[in-house]
Amino acid sequence: MSPMATPLLAVRDLRAGYGAIDVLHGISIEVAKGEIVSLIGANGAGKTSTLMCISRVLRIRGGSISFQGENITDLLPDTVVRRGLAQVPEGRKIFPRLTVGENLEMGAYIRSDAEGIEADRARVFTLFPVLKERLSQLGGTLSGGEQQMLAIGRALMSRPTMLMMDEPSMGIAPILVARIFEAVKELRSEGMTILLVEQNARAALKLADRGYVLETGHVVMTDSGAELLKSSRVREAYLGD
Amino acid sequence: MELDVQYLLQQLVNGLSNGMISALIAIGYTMVYGIIELINWAHGDLCMLGAFFALTLIGALGIGAWSGPMAAFGVVILLLATAGFCGSLNLIVDRFAYRPLRRAPKLTLLVTAIGVSFIFVNLGLFWGGLPMTVFGEGNAAAAPKNFPAIVPATPILGGEPGQVTLTVRDLMIAGVTMPLMVGLWWLVRHTKLGKAMRAVAQNPTAASLMGINTDRVIGATFFIGGALGGFGSVIYAINNGTIGFQLGYRAGMDAFTAAVLGGIGSLPGAVLGGLLIGVARSLSDGYLEARWTPTLVFTILILILVFRPSGLLGLKSKEKV
Repeated sequence: MSPMATPLLAVRDLRAGYGAIDVLHGISIEVAKGEIVSLIGANGAGKTSTLMCISRVLRIRGGSISFQGENITDLLPDTVVRRGLAQVPEGRKIFPRLTVGENLEMGAYIRSDAEGIEADRARVFTLFPVLKERLSQLGGTLSGGEQQMLAIGRALMSRPTMLMMDEPSMGIAPILVARIFEAVKELRSEGMTILLVEQNARAALKLADRGYVLETGHVVMTDSGAELLKSSRVREAYLGD
Repeated sequence: MELDVQYLLQQLVNGLSNGMISALIAIGYTMVYGIIELINWAHGDLCMLGAFFALTLIGALGIGAWSGPMAAFGVVILLLATAGFCGSLNLIVDRFAYRPLRRAPKLTLLVTAIGVSFIFVNLGLFWGGLPMTVFGEGNAAAAPKNFPAIVPATPILGGEPGQVTLTVRDLMIAGVTMPLMVGLWWLVRHTKLGKAMRAVAQNPTAASLMGINTDRVIGATFFIGGALGGFGSVIYAINNGTIGFQLGYRAGMDAFTAAVLGGIGSLPGAVLGGLLIGVARSLSDGYLEARWTPTLVFTILILILVFRPSGLLGLKSKEKV
């Protein structure tokens, strides 16, 4: 695949780790505007670490990250969000003792345009009507699926240009998983750029324009979602065929 | 033995009055613990420095000689200036001592706080040795300093033998602490900063993924906790009549016990714990002997830590999703 002219997100030769252990050994990923790109791989392959590096939460040991043509490698996490790159983290990480409404309000922390915030809140309620019903309930009292919806809605409240989602289907009832993938499709139809990390590789690759396969901190394959679904290596390792 | 109701009520009044001061200082412990899980060992000593700052200001402006409405004005100046001093000092300590250790083990942070406490105590000792008239020039650095009775202990209720007495000083304590507590409650529940403080306390990583600058929010928490300690140190000094470099140990231990009793990390817990410790102290002073009172406070602290470490209103365990 030829390199894109001006990718929205470009990760080059990214290296990172925890303590004495290196987990990313030079990851390079590109995402173009309007694309859904999926990262698949086994546990420990480095998918979450990659997203945490891009959000600038995890310290980087080498390589660079650029977003909208600007180098964001040395930014702080809050500045990355201000630049328009939001993340729905693994395990949802909603604020358990804030209400659903307050969780959404924290999502809009970087903004002060009351009208725009209200409009985006309405949009989140259209996407996930259950959140409106639970508005004054504490986040920690929601079911796993509802918490995932809240985590996605909360990330949308910053009105991002690009959304990174880490395992949105993990530990969630199948009926709600379907609802969440529906929501991802709706976001794409509205023009949102999405980098999707998923354990459910089949669903993710069906949805994705392109995909990257990660193994032990390396990108081992990259192709269109459809081609990866056909690849025997992917089918054996990640699709259980 | 017949129960002397008037005597008992008087002990309760005294206890609640002192307890409100403990509560105000306890809030500083509980806020910092709530947000970065640090027992801020230096918080009591910060309040001690606040008391020295207030006394220095009294000397510099001659507030001790003011009377009537001017005295009330003087108290307001002392409260605001000392709150600003303690809040800023706490913010600076966070910036240079604790912020570089955000990713370090919690024990490292605690040991650092103990170090800050030593620095503060020695600063207080140095400060007390300065040749200032208001410090009783020529006295030893470690000697207690008289703190002028800017707010007199004039009775406004009772005052005759056999009556429960409420003084202007009790009124001042309630008048300072209650609006601050209500204000803090409002700030934490309803303002954007307050919600961000709770978000950082519950999940700092998620908070930074929301675009919250966690260091700034933690700094604000140190400032607010320190400022409340500053208010507390002024009313403590006025109520107590003397200050010394070891003030932070006594006032701090009461307030720390109050925070633990109420459930460290819980704001209502800090207030409840403060009032309970105040009442326990005054009952001990009134019915046992004053020399047993510190023992009683330590006993409460140990019993709580052993049998109910989460305190009366604290969370049973930390949620980790």
